[in-house]
Amino acid sequence: MRKWLLALAATALGSVSLAQGKLEIFSWWAGDEGPALQALLDLYKKKYPNVEVVNATVTGGSGVNARAVLKTRMLGGDPPDSFQVHAGQELIGTWVVAGRMEDLTSLYKSEGWLTRFPKGLIDLLSYNGGIWSVPVNIHRSNVMWYNPAKLREWGVTPPKTWTEFLSTCATLKGKGVEAPLAVGEAWTQQHLWESVALGVLGPDNWAALWSGKLKFNDPKAIAVWDTFGKVLDCTNKDASGLSWQQATDRVVQGQSAFNIMGDWAAGYMVTTLKLKPGEGFGWAPAPSTSGTFMMLSDSFGLPRGVKNRANVINWLKLLGSKEGQDTFNPLKGSIAARTDSDLSKYNAYLQSAARDWKNNKIVGSLVHGAVAPESFSSQFGTVMEIYLSSKNSRAAANAAQAIADQVRLGR
Amino acid sequence: MKWLRNLDSLVAVLTLLPSVILLAIFVYGFIGQTIQTSLTNWGKDPAQALAINPVLQFVGLENYKELFSGFIHGRFRQDLVNNIFFTVFFVGGCLLVGLSLAIILDRGPKGEGFFRTVFLFPMSLSFIVTGTIWRWMLQPAGGVNQLPAAVGLPEGRFAWLTSRQQVLQFDWNHLPLFTAWLIGLILLWIGISALRNAQVRRGWIAVGSAALLIGWAIFIGPRVQLLPFPEIHGFNLAFIGIIIAAIWQMSGYTMALYLAGLRGVPEELREAARVDGASEVQLYRRIILPMLAPITLSAMIILGHISLKIFDLIWAMTGVDNAPTEVPALLMYVTTFRSNIIADGAAIATILLLLVALVIVPYLYSQLRSEVRR
Repeated sequence: MRKWLLALAATALGSVSLAQGKLEIFSWWAGDEGPALQALLDLYKKKYPNVEVVNATVTGGSGVNARAVLKTRMLGGDPPDSFQVHAGQELIGTWVVAGRMEDLTSLYKSEGWLTRFPKGLIDLLSYNGGIWSVPVNIHRSNVMWYNPAKLREWGVTPPKTWTEFLSTCATLKGKGVEAPLAVGEAWTQQHLWESVALGVLGPDNWAALWSGKLKFNDPKAIAVWDTFGKVLDCTNKDASGLSWQQATDRVVQGQSAFNIMGDWAAGYMVTTLKLKPGEGFGWAPAPSTSGTFMMLSDSFGLPRGVKNRANVINWLKLLGSKEGQDTFNPLKGSIAARTDSDLSKYNAYLQSAARDWKNNKIVGSLVHGAVAPESFSSQFGTVMEIYLSSKNSRAAANAAQAIADQVRLGR
Repeated sequence: MKWLRNLDSLVAVLTLLPSVILLAIFVYGFIGQTIQTSLTNWGKDPAQALAINPVLQFVGLENYKELFSGFIHGRFRQDLVNNIFFTVFFVGGCLLVGLSLAIILDRGPKGEGFFRTVFLFPMSLSFIVTGTIWRWMLQPAGGVNQLPAAVGLPEGRFAWLTSRQQVLQFDWNHLPLFTAWLIGLILLWIGISALRNAQVRRGWIAVGSAALLIGWAIFIGPRVQLLPFPEIHGFNLAFIGIIIAAIWQMSGYTMALYLAGLRGVPEELREAARVDGASEVQLYRRIILPMLAPITLSAMIILGHISLKIFDLIWAMTGVDNAPTEVPALLMYVTTFRSNIIADGAAIATILLLLVALVIVPYLYSQLRSEVRR
């Protein structure tokens, strides 16, 4: 009873911004993404000046190192107050099923977020009747990038479907472009696969794959690998030695015509390469996926048993607010998860992405943790390896299904 | 007097106790815990993987059986093959390069001290640094591939780290057959040489076991199927670049070992051989190299256990998730810390431990025995 009263008192105090104590934020936002996080932390400091904010960052793109550190901390009984995690199954399949997170549905209701975030997004965040994290940003996975000047020179247009893509690829090869499609190291090939799969299956079957209703060794899903194999014939042979930036560079420099990469590539081309959206680089939805927004999102949740619960709730409220999202996202190079953000703060690419976010059908990304738990997505590399070494669609599909059964996908 | 001796041994026990306790807990205790974990199903059920108090079930050797015969664990088997090929080429390369360098330096060229330092220097770098440098040099369009262009030849086009070609391919199902043949032939050779040296009992035991193994390989072996499907493994050419980098780093060390051995060969012995009319080649073949055999063994053990545990070099050169250049140590990391399948990770770790033990324990045993004899 006393504990409960204390918690109530703490929450009440929080709302009049007399909150005290500490708040440790665990993330992998360093380097280019550091300033965006810092802007958020500064905003928090302004609202709650008496709270000491600890920025615990573990570097490594996509959280490759941070996730391992987080696991040792959680297993060791020292959870950070709030940690960054890809929204969806990466959080749910690892931490929610293990009973380590608190349900945030009441927060969503009191802040009115249920109507501010698109329903497709809420569905991806929900599990077992609860909503488990607050998304800060939205990235799009199914984007095809190109260099408009080079396309004019070659006399081709961005293909609308995968069939069109393959004929464009043949045309370009005829004109001496060795590898019309640029890819990089292992995960970028998986990233390409998810766009091919979404295009071949369509949004409904893609979702059915992850709920377990469509088997990976169904003829429809096997067809994905057949198309993927043909698409791979259009790619560069030195792929596994290249980072995603180097793959994007190939397009910018005109060695390749297209690159399928998430829209952090826009951030790279605008900020690092100083290209103008629409002139220096162009974009289109990945072939056959127009009208569908394959999203991934960074989010924060509330672990059970944290020391500074009230401070974390204030942090989550800030993350979900319009002010918080519009502070963070223009700097990060992503769009707000809310549909009411102030578009004038964003560049031309992000404005077009935000429009699609409002109107398109929303599905989740495999590689970036939205639709499959880590136990599946990190073993997907094995499936890819089986395909790449055997070029056998059926073997890869069977392996994917075997892993899906092993990790109880969709159950 | 007796009392004093007791005090002496009491002091000895007390002095050793802290390190014995620490070793017992932090080495053997954790080895035990890893083995215990590998016999459970920790992580097979995602809800239990990272729960506060995971409910674990004992599954016996199921995880090991899966690793060696399960359909989706083909990647582990390829990794094992990778590691063994890597070990063979890396140890062989280091011994060859190290011995050649040592022989050259032993002949006392000008600037010997300088070159000794130069050759030994790579060893002072960490594998991460070596890996990063060589990764840059072996980029498909960079460094090493550009070298021929400097002298007017066409640029190299070999994909050092990104090749997907595989050579020396074999079917995993034939593994017991090959192993039986190999061990059988070695035993046969041991037996015959023992018989020649009139060690009758030892010779017949070896020949007998050899006959048994070879007989099995001829009559039963060809029909053994480990897997219900053929599974091709082999040596991935993408490893060549990694092997070069590893040899570059460790051959200087091997050279230092050999150099010490060569300096230990007494000058009188060389003189005597020369007086007897031995040519330089004969001198090395008949006198010096046989005297270096114990050094070769030590070097093989040290290099062998480094290469079986290799992790950081490959991490730096091709990343952690690049299947063509993966080894079990990397797969263990991915399985445990990314897929959360902790039991499988523990099983891979145990297999690695057994592999390294296979290399180290006989060596320690023979060392201890010779020390006791002394």
